[in-house]
Formats: sequence, structure tokens, C-alpha cells
Amino acid sequence: VSTKKSTLRPRYLKLHAALVFAFLFLPIVVLVVFSFNQAKSGTDFTGFSTKWYSALFHNHDALHAFRNTLKVAITATIFATIIGTLASFALTRFRFRGRTGYSTLIFVSLVMPEVVMGVSLLAFYVEFAHMKLGLTTVILSHITFCIAFVVVVVNARLASFDNRLLEAAADLGATPLQGFLRVVLPLAAPGIAAGAMLAFTISLDDVVITFFTSGAGSNTLPLYIFGQLKFGVSPSINALSTFVLAFSLIMLAIGGLFSARAAKRGVTAIDVNALS
Amino acid sequence: LSVVAPPESPPPAAPPDPGARPEPARRRRIMPEWLKGNILLLPTSIWFIFLLVIPLLIIIQYSLGKRGVIDPIRFSWSKLQFHNYKDALDPDRLPIFIRSIEYAGIATIVCALLGFPLAYWIARFGGRLRNVYLVLVVIPFLTSYLIRIYAWQAILQRTGLLNRFLGDIGLGRDHVFLNHPFAVILGLTYGFLPFMILPLYASIERMDFSLVEASYDLGHGKVSTFFRVILPTVSPGLVAGVLLVFIPAVGDFVTPELLGGVRTEMIGSTIADQFGGSQNWPLGSAMSVLLMVFILVGVFFYLRRVGEEAL
Repeated sequence: VSTKKSTLRPRYLKLHAALVFAFLFLPIVVLVVFSFNQAKSGTDFTGFSTKWYSALFHNHDALHAFRNTLKVAITATIFATIIGTLASFALTRFRFRGRTGYSTLIFVSLVMPEVVMGVSLLAFYVEFAHMKLGLTTVILSHITFCIAFVVVVVNARLASFDNRLLEAAADLGATPLQGFLRVVLPLAAPGIAAGAMLAFTISLDDVVITFFTSGAGSNTLPLYIFGQLKFGVSPSINALSTFVLAFSLIMLAIGGLFSARAAKRGVTAIDVNALS
Repeated sequence: LSVVAPPESPPPAAPPDPGARPEPARRRRIMPEWLKGNILLLPTSIWFIFLLVIPLLIIIQYSLGKRGVIDPIRFSWSKLQFHNYKDALDPDRLPIFIRSIEYAGIATIVCALLGFPLAYWIARFGGRLRNVYLVLVVIPFLTSYLIRIYAWQAILQRTGLLNRFLGDIGLGRDHVFLNHPFAVILGLTYGFLPFMILPLYASIERMDFSLVEASYDLGHGKVSTFFRVILPTVSPGLVAGVLLVFIPAVGDFVTPELLGGVRTEMIGSTIADQFGGSQNWPLGSAMSVLLMVFILVGVFFYLRRVGEEAL
């Protein structure tokens, strides 16, 4: 009976898996295919064309938005990674009163709906800090929601840290600073890299919080696309979206390459467990 | 010098403990753990106090104020306004709350039903291609949510591919999918499915599959094995997955905006609208506070019920 079950189950499971993967990729494939369509609208593929892409490179608004996106994502990633890594070291390495308070703050920032974070930051900038909405407010906001993701990912990496390594280093004469720089940091590095990657991709994609905290001239690419969607489905948005997808995938591949190299040295960067 | 000498004399006088390592102990006394911890957390706490706590307090304050004529908000401690909460829950807007919970709930269940068999299959039968399958799950997870939802618009619109396909197989090509709950729930399910698959996979991967075989050998059927052996082992992943799907789905703003309409409006777009077009910041603030309280209280009781250690 048992063998019959285990031969039957995989077949149905395999079919299910294939269907779910089709579901996950169908819209993406449709988007990419129709970005090369000749016709301006409709569901007929009338012929292969790259004209929507060449139009993209003359679209100053889109290019400007893309530059803004990069500025925001890079700055936010650097700050969030530093702040989040320090926080994670404190939370995993030391026992002290107030840890729960910090963890609660990080938890709140994780479960907070994007809309609520967006409007509360908008109110903060405009009414409390009297700041002009622009690239600065967007970057500050992105750092805010990226910190928690870095903390979670680096925590997962440091949770399995063996304290005896640090004791061994101390026994061999390492000062605490040396122990930190030469033992803890190298072991945490893949986690830090994965956290930075996650922060970068999340910042790159954010629409909602940017929507509330950006002002004139600080349009990011997702926000630009969101604005264009009012005019409905069009091949030029398909082309722009495909470009964004390709860009994220290239970033992913670069990150993957780095983590593969790290894996050869005995450590893994993309830890699926870190995401749970 | 003789005055300085006495305080210095006790350490050598104390017999050194042969087992202890004096050096780290002394360092710890110079820089205690709580101090180190708080110093490392200083940037985080400054950041979160200014850009998380104060903004939230402002929203709470706004929710107790009223609309100004020139300013978006008028607030006075002596005249706290509670009517914003009454307005947020009046018969016009309460359904929006309930609808958001309903759509997010259905999407979460569908995600679990679609995600579990897939995660199980990858973990148990993925073999050498396991990591390839995982990357296939991660790719949509790391590509723009906005763009993925937009792609569905192209499929579901009146002149879209789904209608064309249905027309080709003779089922008529004039179906309306957009602005219908179906489209919004589909978008939410699609958008957050990887958030369910990844944590489920992480916990299934740690499972000992011989337990499943043992359960069959001991005469349990598929159903009984699933509920008694598989489900308890994967529950941490399921708990995490439910939270990771439900929380962003219930407050989502992109999907109802792109795939929905007036009849399928969700709380995220309503809040956004109060801060945008309608310019009713106090009402939007009250709705934000209610949504936030609902999520925090919900997560608290959910984790208490399913067990916090499950995470």
C-alpha cells in the first residue's frame, strides 16, 4: 500500500507544481512578449519590434525616474545595512534589558501596512519636520522600511553563531575588537550581503511609501510606471516593465554569483530560512 | 603614594581562581553588555523614534483632530474629536474594512492551498533541481509587485488574453474580470504566493520524511497522516506564511487600485484617498489607527493561539 501511495503522490504533486509555476510566470511572460509587439494595442501579436525600447531611451521622464530610483536604492541600502547590522549584532550577541523594546519596534515596522507607514511619514515630514518632499524624504523613508529586513536576515545568520569560536579567539589572545572583526564579521558577511540585497530589491520596487513621500522631481521608476498606468495597458509600459524586470534579474544574478563564490568558501548567502 | 597603594592591593590579595579567565571578565566590567548593546542600537533607536514612533503618534493625534480650512488638520487637546472613528466605522466604510479582511483571508487560504503541495513537492521530490525550483519561486518574489499586478491587467481586461482565449474555445469573449472581487483576490494571491511558499519550504525541508512512511506503515491513511504527522511539523512555516501573506494583503493599495474598482475598494486605497484626493486627513488617520490596531491585536492573539514558539 505504502509504495503505491508514494508512486502516485509525486505525479499529482508534479502536475500541481507545474501549474503553480505556470501561474507564477504566465503574466511575466505575457508582459515580456507583448513588449516586443509591433501593434500599439490589442492582443494580436502583429510582428516583432524593438521600437518601444528605442523610444524608452529617448523618454527623459523615465530615464530621470530611473536615475532617481538608483540613487534612492543605493543610498537606502548602504544606510539600512549599516544600521540594521549593528542592531542585529546587539540583539543576537548581548543580553540586556530593553532588548524586547527594540525587537518590538523592529516587529512593528515589519507588520505595519505600507499605506500606514506612507501616510504617517507624509504627516511627519510636512507637519512636524516642515521638510519639502523630495529625494531626501524618499531616501529617509526607504531606509526606515529597509532596516527591519536587514535585521531579520542578519539575525537568522547570527542565530547559528557558535560562541565558542569567540572564546577560542580570546584564548588565543585576540582582543574583543579583533574577535569581532576577524571572527564575527566574516561569518556574518553572507547574511549582511543577503540583507543588503533584500533591502536593495525592496527599495527598487517600492511604490506605496514613495507615492506618499515624494515631491516634484523625485519620481522613481515604479512611481512613474504607476502614474502611466492611468492610461491603461500599453506596449511602452510593457517595455519599461520588462526593462525593470531584466534589471532586477541581473542584480539577482550578480548577488547569486557572489553567494556562489562565498559558498565555495564554505558559507551560504541566500538562506531560505532567513526569509521565514 | 601610600594613599594610592591600598586600593590597588586587593586584587593580588584575592587568590586567583584557576578555572576562570580573568581577562574577558575584566573587559566586561569596563564595557557591560547592556551598554554595548545600547550603543550598537543607538542608530536604530534614533531612526525609529523619529521616523516610526513620532509619525505614528502624529497619526494618532490627527485621528483625534478635525479638518481645517487651510491646514489639513486642526487639533486641540481640550477638544478631542472622536467622530473620525465613528465615521471610519459608519455603514458606508465598515464594509470596506470587512471586505479587506475577507479578500486578504481568502487570498491567504488559496496561497496555502497552492503553496503547500508545491513546497512539499520541491522539498521531497525536487532532487538535484531543488535549488533551481527555489530560484523559480524567488524570481517573482524579487521582481516588482507593481509590474506583476499590471501584467494581470493586460490578461484580464475586456480585450485581454483571457477573454480572447475563452472566445477561441467558444465560451464567449465579453466577460468582465476587472473590477470584480475575483480579479482583486487573484491579484493578492498571485502577488504574495512566494511569501507562503518560501517559509513553508523552509520548514518542510527540515522534516524527517521517514515519519510519513512510518505513519503509513502503522496503518494511518493519507488524511490522518497529513493532520497528525505532516501538519504539526510544518506549522512554523505555515504560521509565518499566513502572517507574511495576510498582513501585506489586508492593507494593500496597488492591487485594488489596478485590478479593482469602486465595488472592490479595499482599506489601503481608502486611506490613500483620504490623504490624496479627499483631503480628509483626520478620517484617513483614524482608519490607519484602526488598521494598525487590528493587525497588532490580530497578530498578538494569533501567535498566542498557535504558539509563539512556532515561529
